[in-house]
Parts: sequence; structure tokens; C-alpha cells
Amino acid sequence: MNITVCIKQVPGTAEVEIDEKTGVLIRDGIDSKMNPYDLYAIETAVRLKEDKQAEISVITMGPPQAEAVIKEAYMMGADKGCLLTDRKFAGADVLATAYALSQGITQMGKYDLIICGKMTTDGDTAQVGPEIAEYLNIPHVANVRKIHKICDKSVIVEMNMAESVEIQEVLLPCLITVEKDICQPRLPSFKLKMKTSDRPVRRITFNDLDDKNVMHYGLNGSPTQVLKIFPPPANTTNEKWEGRGDELSKKLADKLHELKYI
Amino acid sequence: MAKIIVHQDKIKDREATIKVCPFDALEFESNDELILNAACKMCKICVKRLPDIFEYVEDVAPSVNKDEWRGVTVYIDHIEGDIHPVSFELIGKARKMADKIGHPVHCLLMGSNISEIAEQVLHYGADEVFVYDKPQLHDFRIEPYTAVFEDYINKNKPTIVLVGGTTVGRSLAPRIAARFRTGLTADCTTLDVQENTDLDQIRPAFGGNIMAHIHTPNHRPQFATVRYKIFDAPERTKEKSGKLTLCDIVDEKLDSKIKVIEIKKKEKVKSIEDADVIVVAGRAFKKEDDLKMVYDLADELGAMVATTRPLIEAGWMDARLQIGLSGRTVKPKLIITCGVSGAIQFVAGMNNSDMIISINEDPKAQIFDVAHYAIVGNIYEIIPDLVAQIKEMKKEQ
Ligand SMILES: Cc1cc2nc3c(=O)[nH]c(=O)nc-3n(C[C@H](O)[C@H](O)[C@H](O)COP(=O)(O)OP(=O)(O)OC[C@H]3O[C@@H](n4cnc5c(N)ncnc54)[C@H](O)[C@@H]3O)c2cc1C
Ligand SMILES: Nc1ncnc2c1ncn2[C@@H]1O[C@H](COP(=O)(O)O)[C@@H](O)[C@H]1O
Repeated sequence: MNITVCIKQVPGTAEVEIDEKTGVLIRDGIDSKMNPYDLYAIETAVRLKEDKQAEISVITMGPPQAEAVIKEAYMMGADKGCLLTDRKFAGADVLATAYALSQGITQMGKYDLIICGKMTTDGDTAQVGPEIAEYLNIPHVANVRKIHKICDKSVIVEMNMAESVEIQEVLLPCLITVEKDICQPRLPSFKLKMKTSDRPVRRITFNDLDDKNVMHYGLNGSPTQVLKIFPPPANTTNEKWEGRGDELSKKLADKLHELKYI
Repeated sequence: MAKIIVHQDKIKDREATIKVCPFDALEFESNDELILNAACKMCKICVKRLPDIFEYVEDVAPSVNKDEWRGVTVYIDHIEGDIHPVSFELIGKARKMADKIGHPVHCLLMGSNISEIAEQVLHYGADEVFVYDKPQLHDFRIEPYTAVFEDYINKNKPTIVLVGGTTVGRSLAPRIAARFRTGLTADCTTLDVQENTDLDQIRPAFGGNIMAHIHTPNHRPQFATVRYKIFDAPERTKEKSGKLTLCDIVDEKLDSKIKVIEIKKKEKVKSIEDADVIVVAGRAFKKEDDLKMVYDLADELGAMVATTRPLIEAGWMDARLQIGLSGRTVKPKLIITCGVSGAIQFVAGMNNSDMIISINEDPKAQIFDVAHYAIVGNIYEIIPDLVAQIKEMKKEQ
């Protein structure tokens, strides 16, 4: 079977700050890494492959340097990789990202199962997966925390709900987004690194896609627009207490009493 | 449509120009032309910093007749007869926005044998509740639920649709938004509406380190998801108001490639989202046994104990007790953090609490930026003593 995994390169640190006056983002260093949630998606695919004949393709949409995450996926056991990159994809929101990915996935050939991470650490919307499924017109199950069985024509998965788990049998092809509970990702292997060092990464650009209407991609294809970004508001009404431990606990007890918690 | 034009002749310092973008979206092509690549998020920082080089231009936008879209719709999320409380919170928000633009508040409810649930919704001030009651909708399966949602939107044309950020909501909202080729903003923390019905949406991005103000100017409906406990639920009214409308949909549209085999209950634990008072233990606790003092404090206050990520990773507490970005969002009446530094990933999950009291020995701890009462001191001195004092006070009462 053919498994496609969607992965994304994200900033290496979440410690971004924003300059209050200029509204400019300050990022320490410029290092990037694989979205941590996507490691679970790759691991899920690799385990399925160990269990059953499968070919794993990974796809990412991003700038040329995002090729690094494809290479990393090779070191975990992915077979083929594809980088979807073009200036026409710039400024894509969730809808335009999902659309471009669905077009790219179609270019890569046949797929039975598409696996996405639960969410990304930069966009953190958890929406791209379900929107890809909609564009490809296939069913999806989000928040999968366990794969029970892969059959010839279907997959049996466990969806995590707030108070219950729902076990669903879904006909292939389908898309799932996986939670962290599903497995522990392996580390990239040195052996595979050597073996895959010259394995190519296929580049897909706008001109390779079936739909060549520029209005469907990047900023043109994005219904949502960012008006501005700004730092989270700080709480201004705060009172600071300092002193000896027993004084502080007395003061706190009185305060809790005043607030009617005691 | 809007785009950013690069005035190539104005570029003086190539390196500096590229660095202006925090997302590495600027690069020189082989022909020395500076372009915006796929990493561009259209944040317009380049336009702000280097207005000579970068120009933002807006062409004619695809027109949508905003007058054709009316009403604020809330998707009513329910499991096994219980409405998820986020739905009520959203009705409250919808009411405020709808009143501002003179639109009605509608609710969409789907499921099987749900007439009782539908009655419940009428106590929260919606104008009309649209009910799809079909056996095929008994369990949540994505295609039939999306089909019903689509049917509802085609018939009612709401301008705004609010969906709770539950497991079902987070799966359903993107699917239906993509079907209408429209925008969806996830996990909004602030919502407001303009007179022209444009929805102002503010959400944290980058793990809560920055806030983004987003709108959907040229598409309808405008979709937003909101997590539980972000907004306040309206009081339940004694009298019912609004009307129930039963809707139908042809069976063929409810076909699905998904079969639900079994639904297993998870053992029911009271979740921290439902607690009115929470005591949080952070990494300041040196060993697992020391946690006893927070449990004692929680007992005295009728509180639940929650924690930060390091203690989950240490295996000292159940993962369901983690507050924060990768944990739960809570909005209790009172939260007391004990030895928590206040990393943004944690704070993002609790800064909407009504009252925040924080104990930390570091006077510069970040948690103090959000705390209403910042107590600079050692937990090992304060907490046991506090517990003793409370016991004493209770005796006197
Ligand atoms: C993508 C991502 C997602 C994350 N999601 C979450 C999340 O959902 N939830 C979460 O909690 N974290 C999350 N984290 C981790 C987060 O960044 C912090 O590491 C974590 O919240 C820190 O927990 P802490 O405050 O308990 O520990 P520390 O940061 O170690 O803070 C301990 C504090 O206790 C104080 N202290 C020490 N001893 C004493 C004493 N005796 N008395 C009083 N004060 C004392 C110290 O001054 C310090 O401020 C996430 C990180 C990433 C990268
Ligand atoms: N640019 C991208 N390229 C490839 N996959 C992506 C991209 N953006 C998001 N995804 C996939 O969609 C999931 C959810 O992303 P998000 O909606 O941004 O939280 C991720 O875990 C990835 O599997």
C-alpha cells in the first residue's frame, strides 16, 4: 500500500518575541526543525510498513530549505519525498496550504492512507489535515490515538474523544491525523542517513500542478488575512507581596478568607 | 487580491534586506531578483520595516454580497445527551455580536433522538434552533455531519459560524470551511464584529508568544473555533425562548465510508476544565512526596490539583492534569500556582482565569506578569503554614 505523510518545517524554538513598538518578530537564531507532532505521523507510517508491505512518501510545502525535513524523514524510514515549493504559494493560510498540498499529493501518485500530525507548533491550528481530506474528497478521522488493524480495503482506528474513544473502520483511501499517544518516534538512524544521503527530493512547483489558476494559491487563495500581530497583553493590575514565609502565608490565608474560599 | 511588490532597484544592503523577514521568506533568485518564497505568511513586517522596497498593494477583491449572508450560527456540540458547555458560551458571544449588527442568533443541532437536547438549547437565548434528527447521525462520522452542515448553510446563509474547539468541532469545522472555500480561524480568544459584518478574530500563534488579528474580508460564511472556557456562558433562563425548527435531508447525502465499531468509555475523571478552584504544582517540587502539601491545600479549598509539563514528564501526575498549550485550557474562578515559572506555553492555558495567585521565590518570575497577587517566597515555607492557618480559621468559624 501507499502511505503519504504530510510534514512541515517549523521554527526551532517557540521562544519568539515581538517588539512592542515596531511590531516586529524577534526570533533567537534562525534554526528550524521538523514539527514535533509530525514525527509521530512518520513513525506511525514506518511501523505500518514494518508490519505490512508499504511505500512511504513524505510531502512538505515550504521554502527550499524545508528539504531538510524530507531528508530527516528518509533517516526514519521514508522512501520518497517531495518538496512543494513556489513563490506563488507565498502567504498561504490554512485553506490555500491544504489546497496546494492536495494538488501536490495528487501529483505524487497513488495513495491509500494519508497521515498528518495533530497540529504544527507555529500555526497550531490542527486544520490542515481535515481540509486536505475535503479537497481530495476522502473521509478523515482526526485525533487518532491507535491503529488497530490495516485491512485490504480499510483501516480500523481509535479516535480520541473527550470522555470516550470511538473505534471506526474507514474505507481506504482516507486521511488520519495522529496524536502523540500513538507511538514513540524513533531517532533518525545513522545507517539510513548514509544510505539515503544522495536520495533525491522531488520538487513540485506551481507549473507541475493540475490546477494552474493562480487565484487558488498563496495569498490569492487565502480567505483569511492577518491584519496585524502584537504581543499578548500583560496584566497590569498586580500586587506584589514580599516578606517572611509565615507573614506571607498569614496574608494569603486572610486574602482567601476575604475572597470567601475559606 | 493583495500582494507584496518588491522594488528591486531600491535594495541597497542585500543581507540586511533578507534579514528583515523573521520567517526566512525572502531570497534572491539566480537572476538576482529578490522574491518572496512559500514561507511568506503575509505578516507585512517587511512592508513596515522597509517601506521603500516592499509595497503592499490591494487589487480588486472578489466580491461577495455580504447582505445575502445573515445571522450568527452556533454549532451545538453534544455527547450522549449532554450539551458541551462551550456551546452555551458561544451562544452568549453570538448574542452580543448579533445584537450589534441586528442579526439573529441561530443554533445548529444534529444527532439522533435529540429532541430533549434541543429543548435545553432554548434556555440560553437563541432565536432559532435548527434540528436535524436522523438515525445516521447517531455517532459522529465526518461525511454525514459535514453534509448536514452544508445543507444548513446553503439554506440559511449565516454570515458567521462559531464552533467549539472540541474533538468533533476541530474535525468538522475545517472540513466544512474547506467545502465552502472560506476562511476558518482556530482557537480564537477574542471575537468581535464590525458593522459591515466582518468578524474580528484574535488568536494566539507561535505557542501563544504572539497574538494575530485576523479577518475574512471577502468570503462568507466566516468560521471560527473557540476553546472551552474562553467566553462566559449566559445564565440559564427559566423560561424558554426562541423556536425549534425540524429540518430534513435526503438519506443519500448521509452515506459514509466510515463504520463505527464501538464506543468505549474512558474512565470518568473530573477534568480540570470543570474545576472552580485549581492549585498548580510546578517544577519547584523537589520530589514526588512533597506534592502532599498541594493535595492538602487543595483539600482545604475544595480545589483540583493541576500541573505543568515537567511534572507530567517526570511521571508524577496524570497527563490530563497538565495545563497549557499542549495540555488543557482552564478558566477557574481562582488558580494558585506554586513554584511555576510562567512559561508562555503554560500561561496560554490559564491566563483567562478570574483570579490568579502565584507563589514563586524568584521576584522576576514571568508568572508574575499575569498574577493578580504575586507572592515572592518559598513554597516549602508558605504552603504547609498556609494549610495550618486555614485549618485554624475553619475551627474558629
Ligand atoms: C511546544 C511546547 C509546548 C509546551 N506545552 C506546555 C504545556 O502545555 N504546559 C506546560 O506547563 N508546559 C508546556 N511546555 C513547557 C514550558 O515551556 C515550560 O518548560 C514549563 O511550563 C515549565 O514548568 P514549571 O514552571 O513547572 O518549571 P520551571 O520553569 O522549572 O519553573 C519552576 C519555578 O519554580 C520556582 N521555584 C523553585 N523552587 C522554589 C521554591 N522552593 N519556592 C518557590 N518557588 C520556587 C523557580 O523560581 C521557577 O520559576 C511546552 C513547551 C513547548 C516547547
Ligand atoms: N506546509 C505544510 N506542509 C506539509 N504538511 C503540512 C503543512 N502544514 C501543515 N501540514 C500538516 O498538517 C498538520 C496540521 O497542521 P496545522 O493545521 O498547521 O496545525 C501538520 O501536523 C502536518 O501534518
